[in-house]
Amino acid sequence: MPTFNDILILLPEFYLVGAACVLLLADAFMRPAQRHWLHWISIAVLLVAIYLVIAGQPPQAVTAFGSMFVRDDVAEILKVFALGTTAMVFVYARPYLIDRKLLGGEFYTLMIFAVLGIMLLVSAGSLVTVYLGLELLSLSSYALVALNRDAKLPPEAAIKYFVLGALASGMLLYGMSMVYGASGMGGTPSLDLAQLHNVMSYTTAPTLLLFGLVFMVVGIGFKLGAAPFHMWIPDVYHGAPTPVTTFIASGSKLAAFGMAYRLLDAGMGDLSQHWQLMLAVLAVISLAIGNLVAIVQTNLKRMLAYSTISHMGYLLLGLAAASPEGYAAAMFYAICYALMGVAAFGVMLAMARAGFECEEIADLKGLNQKSPWMAFLMLLAMFSLAGVPPLFGFWAKVLVLEAAIHADMLWLAIVGIVFAIIGLYYYLYVVKVMYFDKPQEGGALQAQPDQPLRVVLSLNALSLLVLGVYWGPLLAWCRHAFGL
Amino acid sequence: MFNHLLSLLIWLPVVGAIPVLLAGSARPNLARWLSLLVAVLTFVVSLFLLAQYNPAGAAMQLVESHLWIASWGVHYGLAVDGISVALIVMTTFVGILVVAGAWEVIQDKPHQYMAAMLILEGLLIGVFCATDALLFYALFEAILIPMFILIGIWGGPRRVYATLKFFIYTFFGSVFMLIALLYLYQKAHTFDLATLAALPLTFKEQAWIFFAFLIAFAIKVPMVPVHTWLPDAHVEAPTGGSVVLAAVMLKVGTYGMLRFMLPIVPDAGAHFAWLIIVLSLVAVVYIGYVALVQEDMKKLVAYSSVAHMGFVTLGIFIAFALVREQGRTDMALLGMQGAMIQMISHGFVSGAMFTCIGVMYDRLHTRQIKDYGGVINVMPWFGFFYVLFAMANCGLPGTSGFVGEFMVILASFSANPWIALFAAFTLIIGAAYTLWLVKRVLWGEITNPHVAEMKEINGRETFVLAAFAAAVLALGIWPQPLVHLMDNSVSQLVQQLAIHKI
Repeated sequence: MPTFNDILILLPEFYLVGAACVLLLADAFMRPAQRHWLHWISIAVLLVAIYLVIAGQPPQAVTAFGSMFVRDDVAEILKVFALGTTAMVFVYARPYLIDRKLLGGEFYTLMIFAVLGIMLLVSAGSLVTVYLGLELLSLSSYALVALNRDAKLPPEAAIKYFVLGALASGMLLYGMSMVYGASGMGGTPSLDLAQLHNVMSYTTAPTLLLFGLVFMVVGIGFKLGAAPFHMWIPDVYHGAPTPVTTFIASGSKLAAFGMAYRLLDAGMGDLSQHWQLMLAVLAVISLAIGNLVAIVQTNLKRMLAYSTISHMGYLLLGLAAASPEGYAAAMFYAICYALMGVAAFGVMLAMARAGFECEEIADLKGLNQKSPWMAFLMLLAMFSLAGVPPLFGFWAKVLVLEAAIHADMLWLAIVGIVFAIIGLYYYLYVVKVMYFDKPQEGGALQAQPDQPLRVVLSLNALSLLVLGVYWGPLLAWCRHAFGL
Repeated sequence: MFNHLLSLLIWLPVVGAIPVLLAGSARPNLARWLSLLVAVLTFVVSLFLLAQYNPAGAAMQLVESHLWIASWGVHYGLAVDGISVALIVMTTFVGILVVAGAWEVIQDKPHQYMAAMLILEGLLIGVFCATDALLFYALFEAILIPMFILIGIWGGPRRVYATLKFFIYTFFGSVFMLIALLYLYQKAHTFDLATLAALPLTFKEQAWIFFAFLIAFAIKVPMVPVHTWLPDAHVEAPTGGSVVLAAVMLKVGTYGMLRFMLPIVPDAGAHFAWLIIVLSLVAVVYIGYVALVQEDMKKLVAYSSVAHMGFVTLGIFIAFALVREQGRTDMALLGMQGAMIQMISHGFVSGAMFTCIGVMYDRLHTRQIKDYGGVINVMPWFGFFYVLFAMANCGLPGTSGFVGEFMVILASFSANPWIALFAAFTLIIGAAYTLWLVKRVLWGEITNPHVAEMKEINGRETFVLAAFAAAVLALGIWPQPLVHLMDNSVSQLVQQLAIHKI
């Protein structure tokens, strides 16, 4: 029976469920003129959730509901950053949503439910919780992508996302069923990740188990957006309203890392020698496809989509090391990527206007002439994504490369670094367009006057510089979470 | 005693760039004066450094070390030896001249230009005093960002191509160095350069690491055959960019060789020294001939930079041959010292040459040699400086260019007279391309009517050129203080060459 203590452990989650429901009701009963309050209330909801996560942090890992739910440092860190980046998305999204008349309860409620999905996913202690969290996140995301339902691209993107996402969920579920089956052959069947950890040692059906593992890796690959399961990424990034893209590029990636860690390490840790190679292959393909295809993109959102694919390749480098150092590096990378992604899309949101999405690279021409500060923030994001010191993205790359070398995969590190050189080009190209080109005729290129947006975006992009100079505490935090 | 002198030197220009940026395009003059103030202050601080440094004292002085990344044991470690001090003072000196040189030349967003220059200066100083490999690497790479911006915004017509090529080319080289450093970290669990220098490595490991380092530094120096980014970058860069590139940035490559290749992989270095020596000679002879046929003044000086840097790499690696094969430590010392003096001297001479070209470009807006001729008739003072720097460029005794080259040639003669023979070719080829340039640009009748309208250099330009001239002559006539400054550090490097690490 669930005890009061169980509920206390899940307090942030229960609180978010309640808050989302209240928001939904408030939206229904509010007068249209009062709707803009939803924005501030939603941000407050997320900030309180961050507080609850941090304040209720248990001294060591605890489980609830019969180990269905794990609350440990890994989950705490991922939750804080997922909630934080989502709050940033809210701030950046406001002028965009107002200009497109999309500011309403749906956006905020769906986003909060999606974050709730992330929180469940990263805290999952059993296969069921993984699936529950994943579906909550995915279903909210599908709806969010189609938020601007009257435009041409969003519904198309949502359908693509939904069909491919459902397929991937099916694969994952299929894999889970095999693992569950294998655990029952020669022992008691279990959905519990901690108990599944040593299935390999007693199961009478190791082949079935490995088959299940392969299908689960497919599901993880899809959620991360690692090639060859990346097909949805460019279309969804491009088609979704930019705030939703921002969310998928930030919070969603943190969730994908959490899911991969829970399933692969907590659940299938004994099989690491098998999945290490699978992840290494995924990493190489992602690095190649992501970086090479990004070069020819003219649409900034699509370019960043392919860049995401390549970044997931780097993240997989850390995961493939299958060591606490590797996981710490991968988590550091996921956090870093979330901050960079939010900053890059944030500048796009700041420059977008009614009827002007600012999503073509050419739209940024001469940005330094018109809005030097925005150009500088974008420059920080681009150099960070490219992995040029002293920016944050560089250190994240160094960490995953070190993890790969540490795990005797020097070849993988060299592949990673070679693609970093190729990837450099398209980030530099954006800087070139902003700084070296003349502004287009008739281009507006004035940043949104929204003050909160400017302040938070500036802090966000400058944090890439600050964390690039002083990244020790964050790394120590990540390493501590994995017992280092 | 104030013991954060090095940090102050690095951060003063970097932080000083912020008020310059804030001064904004609305108050360009304020931005200019502020940046001059920051540059002068930095120079003054570097003079304090010079005074504090004790040439007879310990190897690394003014040590600063703070734990930077605890879980990796990375330190924010700074210290200087004589070589670093010389390079830092040169950097801050050039820093003032670059700011002064750009005064009214840069009309488009001067605040951004000055800020980029100051940040670049700070980062370069950081490179010259980092004692932690990871810190060195971060600064080494960070230099690229302001330089990329400088060439890209204020450069010539093909600036975008040149700056992208510059960035990607140099980035390409350095990432392999990063892999090598991470590999070393696996073995030593530290990035501290002194510890890495003492780390035993098998020959196979050394060879791989040697080439990973070589590709990073050879591109930066640049050595043949990876020098092709340099002519493009130099030609398209604004004058100040070219000056910093030639005077300071190229030295980062040879400085890296001293700090990384010599102490960490000495055995591989000795084994492959012949390769570097051959490439250096190719740079001296072949690139000299390439310079001869250039029609663009900046390109000519750019190629002559490659040839002169060939002397630096020759001087460094001839020391290996001398120490390891012949045990001639004295000669190795001479060659190494020659290389160091050549580094400093080339900084002043090439910086001055590019400034001269910039002065002419500002008046005529062309860099083609054929557009000039008879400039001396309208700009006699300018002609005086130009001829002086040209003489230094071809290594006339009495100028700084002579000292370093002569020492390197002397050292290579005792290693192998053939090497000395090829190296000495520079005296002919260097003189040929430089004097011919002077002849076509300065002497003769005025054929282009626009040349007749060129105005004599103004006070600001005279100040910049005179400062360069003073440095060139001082080093040429009395190099002893510089030799003394670096003497201890160089002999220590030479001793390290003899240590087998296998």
